[in-house]
Amino acid sequence: MTNVLLIIFTISLLYLGIAHRLLTYIKILVFQGIILFGIAFIELIQINALNLAFVLLETIAFKAIAIPLFLNYVIKKNRITRDAEPFLSNFISLIIITMIIISMFILSNAIDDSGISKIYFVVALSTLFTGLYIIVTRHKLITHVMGYLVIENGVFILSLAVGNEMPMLVNMGILLDIFASVFLLGIFVNKIGDILKDADVDQLKSLKD
Amino acid sequence: MTGVYLAGAFSISALLFFNRKRVINTLLVVTFLLLQITFTVHEYLHINTTELRYFNADALGILLLVTLSIISIPAMYHSYVYLSTKEDNARHTAFYFAAMVMLLTAISAAYLANNIAVTWIFVELTTLSASVLIYHRRNNRSLEGTWKYLFVCAISITLVFIGILFLSFTLHQAGTDDLSFAVLIKKAPELNQFWLRLAFIFIFTGFTAKLGLVPMYTAGIDAKDKAPSPAGALLSSVLMNVGFVGIFRFYTVIANSPLHTWANHVILIAAILSIFVATVYMTKVKNIKRMFAYSSIEHMGIVMLGLAAGGIGYYAAVLHIILHAFVKSSLFFQMGQIYRIYKSKSIYDVGNYFKYNPTGSLVMLLGFFFATAMPPSGLFISEFLIFRSLFEAGHLAVLIMVMLFLTMIIWAFGKNIFKLLFSPAVDFKEDTLEKINPAESISQFVLLGLVVWLGLNPPQEFVTLIQQSIINLPH
Repeated sequence: MTNVLLIIFTISLLYLGIAHRLLTYIKILVFQGIILFGIAFIELIQINALNLAFVLLETIAFKAIAIPLFLNYVIKKNRITRDAEPFLSNFISLIIITMIIISMFILSNAIDDSGISKIYFVVALSTLFTGLYIIVTRHKLITHVMGYLVIENGVFILSLAVGNEMPMLVNMGILLDIFASVFLLGIFVNKIGDILKDADVDQLKSLKD
Repeated sequence: MTGVYLAGAFSISALLFFNRKRVINTLLVVTFLLLQITFTVHEYLHINTTELRYFNADALGILLLVTLSIISIPAMYHSYVYLSTKEDNARHTAFYFAAMVMLLTAISAAYLANNIAVTWIFVELTTLSASVLIYHRRNNRSLEGTWKYLFVCAISITLVFIGILFLSFTLHQAGTDDLSFAVLIKKAPELNQFWLRLAFIFIFTGFTAKLGLVPMYTAGIDAKDKAPSPAGALLSSVLMNVGFVGIFRFYTVIANSPLHTWANHVILIAAILSIFVATVYMTKVKNIKRMFAYSSIEHMGIVMLGLAAGGIGYYAAVLHIILHAFVKSSLFFQMGQIYRIYKSKSIYDVGNYFKYNPTGSLVMLLGFFFATAMPPSGLFISEFLIFRSLFEAGHLAVLIMVMLFLTMIIWAFGKNIFKLLFSPAVDFKEDTLEKINPAESISQFVLLGLVVWLGLNPPQEFVTLIQQSIINLPH
């Protein structure tokens, strides 16, 4: 069951590569949050109840509801146009993300370790690099934040791989998730919209040598 | 004592945040400095004791903690000088000092943490508090600096976390779930090399954002440029040392595993690229503060060369990082005065500084000699030892390349500093000149004096501490 969910998660990455509208990105993030809820529920059922409740609450309430609503609010408030404005065409994006996933498969063959299930490794690293790819090839600052959230999802999957033995690490990942994304988005809501009229990377080019 | 310190410092930070009165603000800051000094002395007297399970005052932690406490006093003093020259906004002042106290506390805790997960948590805290300081001026450019710093640091802290996860995969097989450095060093030879390699790559890359090495150095440059000079002094000295602590402690683990040589190669490449990048930007940069920031990148590259070369290089690397913190912070403190006279950081708008502020010019001139590691600077000793270790390790090509780069850096640095000190400034109106009190430069002279003393005639205690801090590295 986890494997099916992980594969569906990977497919959502491909969809991310060809998505054009910011609203689609938000929907994909909601979808990924729900899948992560499912994976966490199946995988971590053995850890103590309070901790499990915390993890599940984080995935469903934070990743799948609070953050997308917040993103939606930011987009409305700052009147960001709906297009994601990628630098590269969808076709190339799709090929590059596929290449990322394939190369992670090949890399995972180098693991001489039976203790860790490799599918976590593949999915998590593919998500990580897809997130980085989204960050470098999209024009808007808000898509950078979304790319960061995708990276966070990847990290969460990776932490689930050791979740049963070290629940502390899953909690740390959640801490990172909440801290960093609230802070990044908080700056966005309060400051960037007020000072910069158009939240675009071109506005942030004055500091250079 | 660690518990008392953390609780005390965090509550002082919270009080500073809510307080708007000047007198109480000063009182709280003085209380914090006293707490910081008491804590440092206490940890020094109780070396190698573990407190609160996750904090262990080992030799490296003590050395860097003392460095931090010494720099924090002038940092607070110059903050008051800086804020008194601007129009008074009680709210911004409150945020500034609360963030600074939080930053210093988080850095101290990160130095002493004996568990890689705890180090990680406090490094994250430094990012958040530092970004408040960078945003202090609240204009377009400081927003840009803050956003970039926060974003790059968020990504790099995530990379460190991924590294920790990889580490935990292999630790689990070795039959432990303890992430403390002592256990890691003991278990290092039996860990799975594939995971260990990945963990090192990710943790190293992540911490380079703090240490200021290729590939994640960029955010730090903007941050040091946009932060007020006293905060910039902290960012380019004690905060860089946090990155060093993270890398050094994990490098010690790797050095005890079969991957030692491989890790040396990784570090060597990052170090050479950093020095190269610093050279390129030093020759073209026109902003004095950014020039200092690039000079820090160069010095961190040299420190990493020392680690990669081994032998006497280990000793020199620790010495270099401490002395560099003193030199660079005094240069940044002095930068505040230059900005008050010329109202600009660009090299085109400044000049004839000896005429307007002789004491400050003297600090600049000495700071230049010290930062480029000319005798009697202590950095001369450490750089010389690092070059010797490179020679002994057989990295002759690297040594020649680095020396060429350093020559270019000295030329570029000198060109700008001599323009600042001796060439007349274009279109500069002398009648609105602000008089600078020479007493504001005393702290810089003290810091530079420390560099000479610790470099040329180090007390036995200091040498022993450095030797203890590298005791776990193979010789």
